[in-house]
Amino acid sequence: MARVIELRGIRRTYKMGDQELHALADLDLDIESGEHVAIMGPSGSGKSTLLNVIGLLDRASSGRYALDGRDVTDLSDEELSEVRQNQIGFVFQSYHLVARLDAVANVELPMVFAGVPKKERRQRAEAALQRVGLGDRMHHKPTEMSGGQAQRVAVARSTIMGPSVLLADEPTGNLDSVSGNRVLDLLQGLHRDGLTLVVVTHDPAVARLADRVIVLKDGRLAREWRGTDVVSLDQLFELDAP
Amino acid sequence: MRSADKWRFALNALLHNRLRTGLCLLGISIGVTAVVLLTGLGEGARRYVGAQFQSLGTNLVFIFPGHADTEGAMPGLGGAPNDLSLQDARALQREVRQLKTVVPISLGSETVANRERSKQVYVLGTTPQFIEARGLRLSSGVNLPELDWERGQPVIVLGGELARELFPGGEVAVGNTVRVGDRRVRVIGVMEDRGTQVGLDTGLMGLIPVASAMSMYNESGLFRILVEIGAQTDTDRTVARMREVLMERHGEEDFTCKTQESVAGSLSTIMRVLTLALAGIASVSLAVAGIGIMNVMLVSVSERRSEVGLLRALGAGHAQVRGIFLAEAALISAAGGVIGLAIAIVASLVLRSFYPAFDATPPWWSVLAALGVSTGVGLLFGVMPANKASRLDPVVALRS
Ligand SMILES: Nc1ncnc2c1ncn2[C@@H]1O[C@H](COP(=O)(O)OP(=O)(O)O)[C@@H](O)[C@H]1O
Ligand SMILES: [Mg+2]
Repeated sequence: MARVIELRGIRRTYKMGDQELHALADLDLDIESGEHVAIMGPSGSGKSTLLNVIGLLDRASSGRYALDGRDVTDLSDEELSEVRQNQIGFVFQSYHLVARLDAVANVELPMVFAGVPKKERRQRAEAALQRVGLGDRMHHKPTEMSGGQAQRVAVARSTIMGPSVLLADEPTGNLDSVSGNRVLDLLQGLHRDGLTLVVVTHDPAVARLADRVIVLKDGRLAREWRGTDVVSLDQLFELDAP
Repeated sequence: MRSADKWRFALNALLHNRLRTGLCLLGISIGVTAVVLLTGLGEGARRYVGAQFQSLGTNLVFIFPGHADTEGAMPGLGGAPNDLSLQDARALQREVRQLKTVVPISLGSETVANRERSKQVYVLGTTPQFIEARGLRLSSGVNLPELDWERGQPVIVLGGELARELFPGGEVAVGNTVRVGDRRVRVIGVMEDRGTQVGLDTGLMGLIPVASAMSMYNESGLFRILVEIGAQTDTDRTVARMREVLMERHGEEDFTCKTQESVAGSLSTIMRVLTLALAGIASVSLAVAGIGIMNVMLVSVSERRSEVGLLRALGAGHAQVRGIFLAEAALISAAGGVIGLAIAIVASLVLRSFYPAFDATPPWWSVLAALGVSTGVGLLFGVMPANKASRLDPVVALRS
């Protein structure tokens, strides 16, 4: 299997006054193509930081990162933007839709920055919305949709450019279980179609869907599980005990 | 990102923030209105003054004793200037063929009286051509008689207002006798009022034959020689020729030729400077509007931090984010410019309908300048917020 993500000795340091805080400390991580990885860990353990580094929104303070076999550690900002545009899809806990744009326009956004012509954009966005079951909500604004619908729009948007990897930071964190399950079904479907998934979650039920669960603590890899082995939150609480 | 998409995105953002956009538009359009309207007023004033001068008749040359450049600067060196005499005027008439009329003028302040009613006014000794050369007209009676310039006659043409003051209640002036100083003269004509022309109130003056005036004032010199040049002739060459003739007679340049063009010309320059000053003052309000745009854009950037973070996550580079915010600033200021221009044009039309004589149509350059400056101001003050937006850390921006 091809390796999509290869992190070596990744460190992300924040300066807090004269103290240094290691949000990520000497982290090595490989993710294979088509893998579904869940990231767990207590609050403040560095899950979002890791996801942002993988998504090239944030730069590691040291260490090396190869995406799809290409070393992206030292790319310029413009080059990083282009990589994000074409190879990374993001889904956020709070959906992050542009409130003044309707569903189609929100899904079109990545293609707008990529310079895709308007007509093609519209067709692709409409097709994507059909696939996430929102064919009848194309022209609804985010405020006119439920949280679950908004998150499905966000999923459609995140995959519209055909990325190599989809990064989701607590995608069901704001949703009730019914709408959460619909979003998880979508993500599972994408995974079945071969997309690499990295999902940050607190929910063991979400983690159980993954091929592999990695648990962070204080910016380090504390433990790895097979997804099916995750039984309950208690297992995670064990981690917090010294 | 395609250019059309950028403008569409920017326009959409503006339209969804009506209040903010409206306030910005207001600021810019007030600034542009001020610039265009004030320059229009300035230019209107310039044209108005110019037209007033035109009404005096074109191509007038005033010759008066003393040289403007040396007089006062070195007193005594050239001695007192020679008088301008009737013979000088005669010589000009004889030797410079391009001249239409030569009008000698002798000036004094005299009391003109009809029995107990009297009035101190300027009494000009001149020839019948004076009236036409100055664009005046008779309302009754006749002009001064065509006389030999050296011969006097006890007659007077009264200014309209003077006639009414001396002969109130509809009494007919023409044919009556008035006293000028201690002489008795007959009123032969009354002029229409034409208001004040270059400091001379045409309603309150009297005209008598030039020889009568010179003997009355006991003067051998003239106050002015007024020359009217044929409309088709080259003013500069003709003035040079006149100067030659007088130099030959006087032996030195102890006189000054002032063309009306140069008077009107320097006034026009003054008015143009005034217009520019007005435009400068108005530009301050444009600058204030620009700072307003900057403030509003800065607020907009901080309110839209999470949007900026999202755009960056979706693959927008620094330049694209910057371009979007710049486009917003440019759109606001260009639209404000157009609105301001429209208001200014309407206002100047309204003004014209109330004061038809005063044409406050803004000059084309102020229109271009106002549009250019407003767009420039928008971009200038849009750069800082746009840079700020493009430099936001996407991770931090997304969290807000
Ligand atoms: N911009 C920042 N400045 C300083 N510290 C930060 C910043 N972002 C994150 N951190 C710190 O890094 C650590 C990891 O944060 P994060 O990755 O958000 O944790 P998680 O997502 O697991 O809750 C935390 O201690 C957090 O306080
Ligand atoms: Mg987090």
